[in-house]
Amino acid sequence: MFDFSTVANWLDELLKSVMPSWLAITTECILVAIFLLAAYSIIAMIYIMYERWVCGWIQCRRGPIRVGPAGSLQIFADVVKILSKEIITLWSTDKFLFFLAPFLVVLASVLTFACLPWGKGLQFIDFNIGVFFIIAVSSIGVLGILLAGWSSNSKYTLIGAMRSGAQMISYELSVGISILTIVCLAGTMSITGIVEAQSDGWFLFKGHLPAIIAFIIYIVAANAENNRGPFDLPEAEHELTAGYHTEYSGIHYGLFYLAEYLNLFVVSGIASLLFLGGWMPLHIPGWESFNTVMDYIPSTIWFLGKAFFMTFIFMWIRWSFPRVRIDQMLALEWRYLMPIGLVNLVVMAIVVTQGWHF
Amino acid sequence: MADLQEQLGKLCPEAQIDTTGEWPLLTIENTKWHDTAKLLKEQLHFDQLMALVGLDWGDKLGVMYYLTNTQSGDIIHIKVEAENRDKPYIYSISDLWAVANYQEREAYDFYGIIFVNHPDMRRFFLRNDWVGHPLRKDYDANPELNPIRLEDETNEDYTCRYVENEEGKIEKIEGKVFDDDEYVINFGPQHPSTHGVMRYRVSLDGEIVKKVDVVSGYIHRGIEKMCESLTYPQTLLYPERMDYMAAHINRHCLCLCIEKAMGIEVPHRAELIRLMMDELMRLSSHLLSYGCLTMDQGATTAFFYAFRDRELIYDIFDRTCGARMSMSYSTIGGVVADVHPDFIKDVRHACDVIEKNLKEYHQLFTGNVIARNRMIGVGLLSKEDAINYSITGPSGRASGCHCDVRKTHPYSLYDEFEFDEVVREEGDSMARYMVRMDEMVQCIKILRQACDKLEQEGEQGEYIAKVPKMIKLPAGHWYQQVEASRGAFGVYIESDGDSKPFQKPTRMHFQTPCFNLIGVVDLTCRDNMIADLITITASIDFVIPDIDR
Repeated sequence: MFDFSTVANWLDELLKSVMPSWLAITTECILVAIFLLAAYSIIAMIYIMYERWVCGWIQCRRGPIRVGPAGSLQIFADVVKILSKEIITLWSTDKFLFFLAPFLVVLASVLTFACLPWGKGLQFIDFNIGVFFIIAVSSIGVLGILLAGWSSNSKYTLIGAMRSGAQMISYELSVGISILTIVCLAGTMSITGIVEAQSDGWFLFKGHLPAIIAFIIYIVAANAENNRGPFDLPEAEHELTAGYHTEYSGIHYGLFYLAEYLNLFVVSGIASLLFLGGWMPLHIPGWESFNTVMDYIPSTIWFLGKAFFMTFIFMWIRWSFPRVRIDQMLALEWRYLMPIGLVNLVVMAIVVTQGWHF
Repeated sequence: MADLQEQLGKLCPEAQIDTTGEWPLLTIENTKWHDTAKLLKEQLHFDQLMALVGLDWGDKLGVMYYLTNTQSGDIIHIKVEAENRDKPYIYSISDLWAVANYQEREAYDFYGIIFVNHPDMRRFFLRNDWVGHPLRKDYDANPELNPIRLEDETNEDYTCRYVENEEGKIEKIEGKVFDDDEYVINFGPQHPSTHGVMRYRVSLDGEIVKKVDVVSGYIHRGIEKMCESLTYPQTLLYPERMDYMAAHINRHCLCLCIEKAMGIEVPHRAELIRLMMDELMRLSSHLLSYGCLTMDQGATTAFFYAFRDRELIYDIFDRTCGARMSMSYSTIGGVVADVHPDFIKDVRHACDVIEKNLKEYHQLFTGNVIARNRMIGVGLLSKEDAINYSITGPSGRASGCHCDVRKTHPYSLYDEFEFDEVVREEGDSMARYMVRMDEMVQCIKILRQACDKLEQEGEQGEYIAKVPKMIKLPAGHWYQQVEASRGAFGVYIESDGDSKPFQKPTRMHFQTPCFNLIGVVDLTCRDNMIADLITITASIDFVIPDIDR
């Protein structure tokens, strides 16, 4: 299987041979940043179209079909539209916080996005507390949402922000606990370490019942963390018109939208990393020829395929379920998901110490 | 009938009782009215106020009340005149029949009749700075008096009431709708879940709804006022534009009322076609309300499923009537044209498809745990409240009222058909939803029987009766009600028997079901959450143009 770190090392050596070390590192950082932002926006565009097609298919509609072949250019039209729209600010808003909020939301999603393992050796940030870093930076997003709701100085956005504060902080716990369960199984917090540990079988299959429970908890909590249906209460189109971003227009609204889709990719990516082996091909112990064939498929394809599959599940959930109510949402988290998750963590620890996993 | 007349005579000896019409008419003086009303409600069990019609007879203003006994189905109507044109006081009955609260506000808005002891005597449809009361015969329609105003209404929180003090004089007491420290939030007039230009002012405590104030009139078109300057065939266009999801049914009702007044016998085939159109309309309306209810709770997919199936019904309308909305199909004496040759085939096909897809709807939404948690026990409406607020139609039947006009006062050909009245006892949002789902099955049942009957009639037949070229009604008043998709729809016509060629009604009133439905929003939503407000209003299912008219 091709290791992308050879490319990175070659580039590193090349740059260091022609320029001083500090300049080489700066250039590398800039290159990485450009690549990251490009990937970020391309993925966002693909995801918006993906959602529209999946949603159309689920709802017996055809989705976008007019612009370009099979509607594939629709997204460019949308981007141009949203970029060229006027940014309307209300006189009663707190201007600084109002403009800051969308960038905080995007910042959180870019930082988590940067942690994803795209392929063997293809990773922007890789250090020994990678998973911990993901949990930490993803919580910045809630700050942006709270600020957006608060600084708009509108009753609708305030209710939206209160809801999102309650929701994201609650569900962060469940996400954290289910991630911790897998960390417990893998024995490392390093993202590369977690992926490598799944080379002889994905954690979803290796980890017995506790891994499956953690997987289900993760799907529910990640949906909530992401403000997607059935947990889209902070937006709750039919109650609060658009929740916390009611007062935003133009590209600021676009940034929220962008972050929402990227977060969808990020949670799908984390799910595939933790439970489905990240970029690791499907290996079945004992089936040597099968494993070799699987290894020929590039690791990036494996990762993207798994992420897209997880996204499909998230979309399927979103377009099938009605929205929960605020009290039901909190009850689900505090009465069911979190206790179950904690017990599950203990069970996983027992499984790991007794060596009951595969 | 004779028994009722005797009882009425005994109970209110001072009232004049006229039994020449379809229902007994009592004429009562204003001063005795409130006491008599109380007796009628308590002793003779006239527990539901069907309609309240404000009237201007030129010299006097007054109100016509239609009361019904929900147990026996008896109907009486009562005429009360105000003594004085300048200060037209009539005693309020909103303490006896809660539905009268909004009805009296409407009469105040249109006629300036002041209801003494009414708790909240504000205008209902028009702005509070409107000059004059438009349905009075002496109303000045000069546009300079009421120009198009570009600024907001002032004093939105202002309300007043008129009470009688110990000396018998009537005093005005001013008040406020909301206190200053309440967190009041606007739902509408532009809001995704109000299903039109409706506005609630909601007082919140966190997520809990404390009080809902309905501000109506954003789509008020003055249909009743317009009808007074139109001939009868012209007025037929308007009922369709009230509840557009019951277009055929509303128009059918007005046709029935005019036919009743003129004594026209409608051919059997025409009545059968009308009935089928009514049921198709009801089916489409219930599909829409399923779609909207699911959509309002965030299940967007179910909405599209319902819309997919409604297309079949709209195609049928398209082929026979030439239009998909506001079909203008029924007319005085029958229908305007015979049905399309493929009509029966199309209807049978639509019935089969929808019957099959109903199972899918239940799988997708009814059994869903989130949907059940959000609807069961939410927005309880007891049977007493439903009767008191005159809630009819599916919402009334979900509270255990047997209020289907097709069964209680059969009109058209409904007594020839076999179908069940769907009644549930729970009175919550889930029951209202389930009543609609079950009614769709009954609609399909009626439509299948009607298809058989229409086949027996042959391919073609007489579809319109011989109707005089000039539609003229004798002097008098008539009331007709039908079961529209959201409840009992009533038409009141008063004619002075004018002999001029193009006769116009002196008063035409439409008693729309949604007008009553809006009355329970505050009652059912109080102490629930914002999300429940949406669920409850969606399950009560009103159409805004039907409220505003």
